[in-house]
This record gives sequence, structure tokens and C-alpha cells, in this order.
Amino acid sequence: MSHVDAFTPVYRPGSDPYHLGHGVGETHHPARGHGEGGPALKRVITGYGFWIFLLSDIVMFSAFFAAHAVLQHATAGGPSGRDLFDPMSVALETACLLVSSYTCGMSAVATGARSQLWTQVFLAATGLLGAAFLALEAHDFATMVQAGAGPQRSAFLSSFFALVGCHGLHVTAGLLWLGTMMAQVFVKGFRPNILRRLLCFNLFWHVLDVIWIAIFTMVYLIGEGL
Amino acid sequence: MTDDSRAADGFRQGLRDDLRDDSRDSDDIAPGITEAADYSIRSAVWTYSIGFALAVLLTVASFATVKTPLIWGPGIAVMLGVLAVAQMGVHLVFFLHMTSDPDNTNNALALAFGVLIVILVVFGSLWIMGYLYDRVMPPGEMQQHMMQMQR
Repeated sequence: MSHVDAFTPVYRPGSDPYHLGHGVGETHHPARGHGEGGPALKRVITGYGFWIFLLSDIVMFSAFFAAHAVLQHATAGGPSGRDLFDPMSVALETACLLVSSYTCGMSAVATGARSQLWTQVFLAATGLLGAAFLALEAHDFATMVQAGAGPQRSAFLSSFFALVGCHGLHVTAGLLWLGTMMAQVFVKGFRPNILRRLLCFNLFWHVLDVIWIAIFTMVYLIGEGL
Repeated sequence: MTDDSRAADGFRQGLRDDLRDDSRDSDDIAPGITEAADYSIRSAVWTYSIGFALAVLLTVASFATVKTPLIWGPGIAVMLGVLAVAQMGVHLVFFLHMTSDPDNTNNALALAFGVLIVILVVFGSLWIMGYLYDRVMPPGEMQQHMMQMQR
């Protein structure tokens, strides 16, 4: 979200888009988006709006986190986290999401270089890693449900499936969005509106990883130690 | 139509759109930030790679914390919390590009407010539910207490 990043439209030298040849000379040019100098750049406003959405999503997740933190001991005589969680699987899921965050960043760099090929390659890598994450998570869930540790077993498990499942749904939505963006970049190229959508997608994907940090720390690592 | 000519068309269209609605502002750039036209692949890759290396380091440290006998039991949760907050910071700076840039002031303020709400919801819930848990009376005592209140 810094001023100049991969999603900043490129200006040719000498195009003079702001001063428009009106000979501003030595006078001070007021900064935009701070009450004078006109509205902020569209890219900045779009990023801000999407950031507000992401923060509201994080606040929603915080309610699920709070519920899980409160109900972590409410196992109703059923299995606890120590009996259920497979540290290897959690580590693999974490690795998948972290590397996908990196490839997503690399796709942003490729977008900055306006490279259609590398943008597509890194977006595809991001998608594959996201799909691998989902497959591992689905396998974990299926194993737990088969062992009689479904969401209906105890309050602890209800809150677990609500929290981790909600994150999984977000990753699924992110994958659909990612496929859409690959198609749009391919068909429409790097127009400013497509660049803004890519910016929003990048923010979304990185925030999913930030939420996963909280999940693997609180649910799995601290939960296992209980 | 080849990919390249399609991309070039998109680029030309984009340039027209830029000139119409996304004017460049030379006064609104944080120190150390270069021109948009000078977007540097090398420095961008470097930024993401440093962030990735730090994130991997902190993740491995988190998973090692659970296994190691070196840390006093009750301290493990604190250690994990510190590592998680540190990694979130790394993600914010290196992946989400939170900076002190004037364009980022609103984002930072929104983040601060979001963090406040998250802390209130999570720690508020833990505090209240912990308090209630400590104060719950056995059923018999509760009835006696209610009868005393009615008298």
C-alpha cells in the first residue's frame, strides 16, 4: 500500500499529467488527498476501502477467536486438541500458505514489471499452494469427523470447526477470485482497473496468511500444549 | 491477436485512463521512495524475500518453542504470542507494505482501530468468561442465595 508499488500505473517522462502545462513554476504544490490539491489517487482510495473491509473481516474473526479461546477447555469429556491435532499436517499447511504468500508477492513484482507470463506463473503457483492447503485441511477435518470428533461433539470442537472452517472458506473464496484475476489479466492486460483489482487480491491473500498465523499459534500450538 | 499485442493494447488503454483520473503527485511521496517509472524489480524482490526469510524464521521458532525443553512451561504461551505478533508485523511491513508514507496514514489509523477492537473482543471475552467461571456457584448454594435475596 506504499505510494509506489507494483500497482502504480506507469507514467512516461514528460507526460506532465498533474501540472497540465499550466506553468506552476516555483510555487508549492499542495499534496492531494489531504484537504487540498484535489482528491487522493484512485489506487490509494481503492486500497484504503478494501483495507477497511479486510479489517472488518479481521474483527469478525476476532469473535471466532474469542469464542474458541473461551471454549478451549470445554471438551465435554471428549478429545482435546492434544489428542486430535497432527503437528506435521499443521506444519505443512503453514508452509503452503506462507510460500503462497511469497509467490503472491512475486506475482505483484511481475505485475510491476508488466510481465504477463510471470504474473500468470506466480498467480498459478499461489493458487496451487492454496489448493494444497485446502486439501490438507479437508483431509484433517475428514479424519476428525470419522474419529467421532465432529463439530457436534463438544463446545471446543464447535468453536474449532467454526474458526478454522471460516478461514478455509476464505481461502476457497480467494482461490475463485485468483482464477478470475488470472483470466482478467490474460484478456484485459494491465489496465488501471485490473491493477487495482490485483492490489485488492494481494491484500486479501496476505491477510489470510496473517489470520493463519493467529490460528496456528492459538488453536494448534497453544491448544496442543493444554 | 497475440498476447503481446493484446497486452500492449491494454497498456495503451491503461495509459489513457491514467492521464484522465490518476494524476501523479510529486509532493505526496515519502522520503526514499523513487519515481513510479523507476519501479525496481530487484528491490521489490529483495523486500519480499527479506520478509519471507523473517517469516520462515519466526514460524520455525514458533513450532520449535512447543518442542523445546528449554522454556519454562507457563512461559511457552507467552513466547508463542510474542512470535505471532512479530510475524504479523513482518507480514504487515514486507507483504502488505505498511509504511510511514503520507498515503498510508489512513491505513495505519484504520489498522490501529481494528487492533483496538480485536483486543477488546478477545481479551474482554476471556476476562468476562474467566470471571464468571470463577464466580459460578454450585446449584444448591445458588437456590439458597436466591431465597435470601427474596426475603
